[in-house]
Amino acid sequence: MNHDSHSSSKPFYHYFFSTDHKVIGLLYTITALVFLLCGFMLMLVMRWQLAFPGSPIPLLGRILSPSLAPNGVMTPNFYNALGAMHGTIMVFLGIVPLGVGGFGNYVLPLQIGAEDMAFPRLNLASYWFFLSGGLLMLSSFILPGGAAQSGWTSYPPLAIINPGQTVWLFAMVLLITSSLLGAINFLVTSLNMRAAGMKLSRLPIFVWAQIVTAFLLLLAFPPLEAASVLQLMDRIAHTSFYLPQGLVILGMRHIASGGGQPLLWQHLFWFLAHPEVYVLLLPAMGIVSEIIANNTRKPIHGYNVIVGSMIAIGLLAFVVWAHHMFISGMSAVLSDFFLVTTMIISVPSVAILTSFVFSLRGGSIRFTTPMLFALAFLPMFGIGGLTGLPLGLTVTDIYLHDTYYIIGHFHYIVVPGSLLALMGGVYYWFPKWFGRKMNDTLGQWHFWTSLICMNGVFFPMFIQGLAGQDRRYYDPMAALHSVPTQPLHVVSSAFAGLLFLSQIPFIYNFFHSIWHGEKTDDNPWQATTLDWACPSPPPHGNFTKPIRVYHGPYEYSPVGHKTDWIAQNEEVLA
Amino acid sequence: MSGTAAVLTHQPGESTGVTNAKLGIWLFLASEIMLFSTLFTTYIVLRIGAASWPRGWNVLNVPLGMINTFVLITSSVTMVMAYAKAHERDLKGFQRYISLTILLAFAFLVIKGFEWGAHFRHNEFPSTSIFHAVYFTLTGLHGLHVIGGIIVNSTLLYLSRTDFEHPLFVGRVEGAGLYWHFVDIVWIFLFPALYLL
Repeated sequence: MNHDSHSSSKPFYHYFFSTDHKVIGLLYTITALVFLLCGFMLMLVMRWQLAFPGSPIPLLGRILSPSLAPNGVMTPNFYNALGAMHGTIMVFLGIVPLGVGGFGNYVLPLQIGAEDMAFPRLNLASYWFFLSGGLLMLSSFILPGGAAQSGWTSYPPLAIINPGQTVWLFAMVLLITSSLLGAINFLVTSLNMRAAGMKLSRLPIFVWAQIVTAFLLLLAFPPLEAASVLQLMDRIAHTSFYLPQGLVILGMRHIASGGGQPLLWQHLFWFLAHPEVYVLLLPAMGIVSEIIANNTRKPIHGYNVIVGSMIAIGLLAFVVWAHHMFISGMSAVLSDFFLVTTMIISVPSVAILTSFVFSLRGGSIRFTTPMLFALAFLPMFGIGGLTGLPLGLTVTDIYLHDTYYIIGHFHYIVVPGSLLALMGGVYYWFPKWFGRKMNDTLGQWHFWTSLICMNGVFFPMFIQGLAGQDRRYYDPMAALHSVPTQPLHVVSSAFAGLLFLSQIPFIYNFFHSIWHGEKTDDNPWQATTLDWACPSPPPHGNFTKPIRVYHGPYEYSPVGHKTDWIAQNEEVLA
Repeated sequence: MSGTAAVLTHQPGESTGVTNAKLGIWLFLASEIMLFSTLFTTYIVLRIGAASWPRGWNVLNVPLGMINTFVLITSSVTMVMAYAKAHERDLKGFQRYISLTILLAFAFLVIKGFEWGAHFRHNEFPSTSIFHAVYFTLTGLHGLHVIGGIIVNSTLLYLSRTDFEHPLFVGRVEGAGLYWHFVDIVWIFLFPALYLL
C-alpha cells in the first residue's frame, strides 16, 4: 500500500477495504452512529404505544404490514421485537463499536505513537464481521419469523420457543467474533507497538481504558459465544441445554428430552453482560479524562488512582454478574456474596468520578463544546451510579427489579453518561479526523437540548419504577397499579421525540463541517498527547517525524515553560 | 502493509520480549480457554443437576476414542517436528512433517465420523438426551477446531513453496503449532470427561 492511499482522489473501495486504522476507525464511527439512530427510532415507535396504548401509530402505522400493526396499532409481538432489537442494537451495534471500534481504532495507535495497529488486516476483518453481523441483525425484521422477541437478554425457555431468535444468535456469533479479533489487536498494539519512551506510566488514560476494555472483551465474550452456540443447538438440533424436564407450553407438553437448566443461560449471559456494562462505560471515561485534562489546563487529578481503579473494575467485573439474578432463584449465601462484590465495585467507580471532580478544582476551565459534554458526564454518571446501589442490595432489589426504575438507572449510565461523553469525543477529535472544526453554536444547541431531553426521557422512569410499574409490559394500562403513573410515559415520549429533533443539528454539523468547517492547525486544543503531534488528518503511517516520549500524558501549566503545556514528545532541557 | 511494518513485526516488542504474532496467538488461546471452560462448566452443572447420567463407556466407543487420543498426541509430535524443521530451514523436512500432521488430523476426523455415524444408526441424536446433547456439541465444536487446524496447516504447506524464506514464516508455524497443541489439550480433557467418567 502506498503512502497516500486514503487521499480523496482514490476510488470508493479504498475507503472500505483499507487496512489503515484511521479509515477503519472512521468506518466504525459512522456505522455505529447510523446504528444508534436506527436503535433510537425503534424506541420512538415503542414509546408511542407506551404513551398512547392501543392508538394507531401516526404516519408509520400506515406503512407497516398488517401482521405487525393491524390498523396501525402495533401487536404485542411487534412491541417485543422492537424492545429486544433496541437493546441489542444500542449495546452491541451502537455504543460498543463507537467507543471501542471507532475511537479506540482511530485514537489508540496515535496516542501510543504507533504507525498502525499490530494486525491491520485482522482489523479490517473485524470491521467486516461487525458490519455483516449488524446487517444480519437488522435484516431479521424482514426475514421469515421476524426479529427476536425475547429481550436483549434472551432468557430461555422463551427465547427457544419464540420465532426470530435463530438469526439473532447467528448475528451475535459474528459480532462476538468481531469483538474478539478487535480485543486481541488492541492488547497487542498497546503492549508491543508503543513509541520509544512511552512507558506504561506515561500512557494516556484513554489508552488504559481501552486496554481494560479489551481485556474484558477478550475474556468475557467467549462464554457468551459458547452459551449462544448451546442456545442455537436447542433451537436447531432440538437439544435441551436450557429446557427443564416436562416443560408445558400453552397447555401442550413440549417435545424435548429435557434435563437442562434455564438458569444456566442467565449465569452465562450475565457473566458476559455485566463486564459489558464496563465496556460501555470505560471508553467514555477515557474520553472524559482527555477532555477534562485538556480544558482545565492542569494535570488530571490522581492519574494512578484512575488507572488503578480502572484495572480494579476490570477484575471485579467478573465477580458481580449474579446481582442481575437476585430474584431468579439463588441461595441467600450466593446473594450475599454478589451483594458484597457489587458494593465493592462501586468504590473504584466513585474514585474515578471523584478524581474527575477534583481535576476541575483550581483549573482555568475553557468551556469548549467537548468540555460541556465531559462536564455533563460527571453528574449524569453520578445519578446513574447512585441509583444503581439500591439495585445491588438484595432487599431493595426485590421490590425494584423489573420495574421502570431499573430502566431509568441503566439508561442514565449509558445515555447521558456514556453516550454524551462519546459525543464529546466526536467534537474533540473531529479536527484530527478532518482537519476542520465542528461549528460551536450548533454544538452548544446540540448539547443543551440533548442534555435536557435525556433527563426528560429518563427521570420520570424513576418515579414510575418506585410506584411499581413493570417494565416489558406492552400495555401499561393492563396492570391497575401502573395506571396512576402511566401519564408520565407521555412526558418521556414527548422528550424522546424532542431528543430526536435535537440530533438534527449534530447530523447537519457533522457532515457540513467535513467539507465546510473552520480549518484548524494540527493541534487546535493545545493538547499534550501524541494524537496531536501528527498532521490533521494524519497521513498513512501517522507521524512525519520519529517519535520519542519524554513526559507523562498531562503536563499542563508547567512552571517556567513558554507555553502552558508540554507535549509528550517535546524534549525540555532541565 | 507497508514494507517497513513487515520488517518491524518479526522483531520482539521491547517491553514484552515476544513478537506481535506470538502475543496475539496467546491472547487468542486465552479467549479459547474461556470458551471451552464455559462448555466444561456447562457439562459439570448439567451433570450435577441431572436425575441420571449414563456412564460414558456404556454409551460411547472407548477403544475408538482411545485410538483418536493417540492420533492427536502423535500429530502434536509431528507438529513440533515441523516447527523444528522450519527453524532449521529444511523445506523438505518441514513439508513432510506438516503433511503428516494434516493427515493425522484427517484420520481423527474420519474415526470421529465413524463414531457419530454409528450413533446416528442407533437413532442416537443430540436431542435424544442431555448426555447426547453435551457429547455431540462438545465433540462437534472440538471437531470444528480440528478443521480450523487443517485449514491453517494446509495454508502453511501451500505457502512454504514460495514463502519459506520469509522472515515471518517460522513465527507463523510456531503460532499454528501453539494452536494445534491447544486443540490437542482440549481433547485430552474431553476424552476422560465424556468417555471415562
